[in-house]
Amino acid sequence: MAQGVFAITEQRDGELRKVSFETVSEGRRLADGLGSELTAVVLGSGIDGLAGELKKYGPDKILVGDDPALADYTTDAYTNVLVELIQSSDPAVIITGASAQGKDLAGRLAARLDAGVAMDCVEIKLDNGNLTYTRPMFGGKIVANVEIEGSPQIVAVRPNVMNITENPKESAIEKPAVQVGDVKTKVVEMKMETADKVELTEADIIVSGGRGTGGDYAAIEALANELAAAVGASRSAVDEGWRPHSDQVGQTGKTVSPTLYIACGISGAIQHLAGMSTSKYIVAINKDEEAPIFSKADLGIVGDLFDVVPAITEEVKKSKG
Amino acid sequence: MDIVVLVKQVPDTESLVQIADDGVSIKTQDIKWIMNPYDELAVEEALQIKEAQGGTVTILSLGPEKAIEAIRTALAMGADQGVHICDPVAQGSDSLATAKLLAAALKDLPFDLIIAGHRAVDEDNYQVAAAVAELMDIPQISMVNKAEVSEGKITCHRTIEGGTVVMEATLPALFTTQRGLNEPRYASLPGIMKAKKKPVDVKTVADLGVDAGSVGAANRKVKIKAFNLPPERQAVRMIEGDAAADKAAELLKILHEEIKVI
Repeated sequence: MAQGVFAITEQRDGELRKVSFETVSEGRRLADGLGSELTAVVLGSGIDGLAGELKKYGPDKILVGDDPALADYTTDAYTNVLVELIQSSDPAVIITGASAQGKDLAGRLAARLDAGVAMDCVEIKLDNGNLTYTRPMFGGKIVANVEIEGSPQIVAVRPNVMNITENPKESAIEKPAVQVGDVKTKVVEMKMETADKVELTEADIIVSGGRGTGGDYAAIEALANELAAAVGASRSAVDEGWRPHSDQVGQTGKTVSPTLYIACGISGAIQHLAGMSTSKYIVAINKDEEAPIFSKADLGIVGDLFDVVPAITEEVKKSKG
Repeated sequence: MDIVVLVKQVPDTESLVQIADDGVSIKTQDIKWIMNPYDELAVEEALQIKEAQGGTVTILSLGPEKAIEAIRTALAMGADQGVHICDPVAQGSDSLATAKLLAAALKDLPFDLIIAGHRAVDEDNYQVAAAVAELMDIPQISMVNKAEVSEGKITCHRTIEGGTVVMEATLPALFTTQRGLNEPRYASLPGIMKAKKKPVDVKTVADLGVDAGSVGAANRKVKIKAFNLPPERQAVRMIEGDAAADKAAELLKILHEEIKVI
């Protein structure tokens, strides 16, 4: 009978991504609740050191799939290798991040394993060995509780939501021989933005601007810079061409869950609110005291963002001394 | 180049979504229905490839009778024909069952390329396209904001955290769209008139040779237990003050001392 939890981690350029620690920590919690073992898997090329890092989060076993063809993520190579590892350990639950990799992988794995997927979960409830997954739908306008029939159950957890818990263990490390198999895709080039740009979906703090900026993001960027925050934008700001599509927060953009979301000159259209409503604290700054954004915010300031935002930046600088 | 575009009809993103009395679905009566915005990008991309290279564009959709509107919209934009899987038995299928039905329909359609939205903005599952690619045994590239088709292969810019990856796949292949790929055209009036005469093949689950016991709401692997509204936040606390600097100081004080985030 299928048992145990199988956590799929991810690395880029030989470094584990943060969502991996969230996935393994949550996997540990589930395995403890189910009274079963946690296996963590990492795929890549020349990644000997990564297992040691994963030990900190307490897997019973770590599988290292090392092959030059696994250096960069491709759907086919990763699916081929993972399915083989999954079938030999026969887990009840597979947990991965709902990252670019996890979102690409989950549907493919599900079809090959004939399994159900709970995508982009923000909470997993354990009750007597039963798992209930909480996941936003309709861009967060609805929060659904779902259960999965059959096994394995595949769950992809929203980045930045699950707690990272250190729980070091002397995990058994195995390096199984892997068969990459038939691969029809290849990575030609990685084009990464500058290293100091903070990724929206992984940011702790986001400073976001909308129509009220009139296209001038200098004040927002200055505050973001001071807070080591990511810069976000509303759909109208992206439609105006003020910001790239990759900055868009909302139902047709990115869904974000930072600790602090500062919305500047954003009125709060339903489709924007959908993308940021799981933020822990929301601060809204808007000239219009009737703006819908205030109904979703914890803290509000009525005022011109071009006065208020630089004033906040000054205060942050002062507080740093 | 023969292209199939997967299309879904979904509630408009500007719609207020309300929970139906059964607690596991949404109220549908007051909703404006649109083509999934990511699917619009897929239709546009298919039309641009066809205009450059020739070939056909076929729209494939699973949905209730009403979903024909989304197919007609795509035909009005310029697609050639539609296939509508329309059967009460299929109603409420989960992502994998949906993919099985779409894959069954694809077996009768010649294609070099499949284009789909990376997710539908209703259930936000991000799964159907990948599952279709797996069932058809073809490669996939997800969340693409630039695509080029050349001899027997496709080169795509796939968006990932913090950048893009340029990837190649051999054809036939499937890719999913991301915003930035193109600006979808509006259907012209002549386009809308012409669309009414374009063929749409309606298929039932039985026509596709799919076991009715593996699809539909009753056979979901992913069971919806409850729909809830997101938790309400406490009423907003407005920060008063005369000058921007006073408000900023007060905000920082609260964030620092009470909420402890900065």
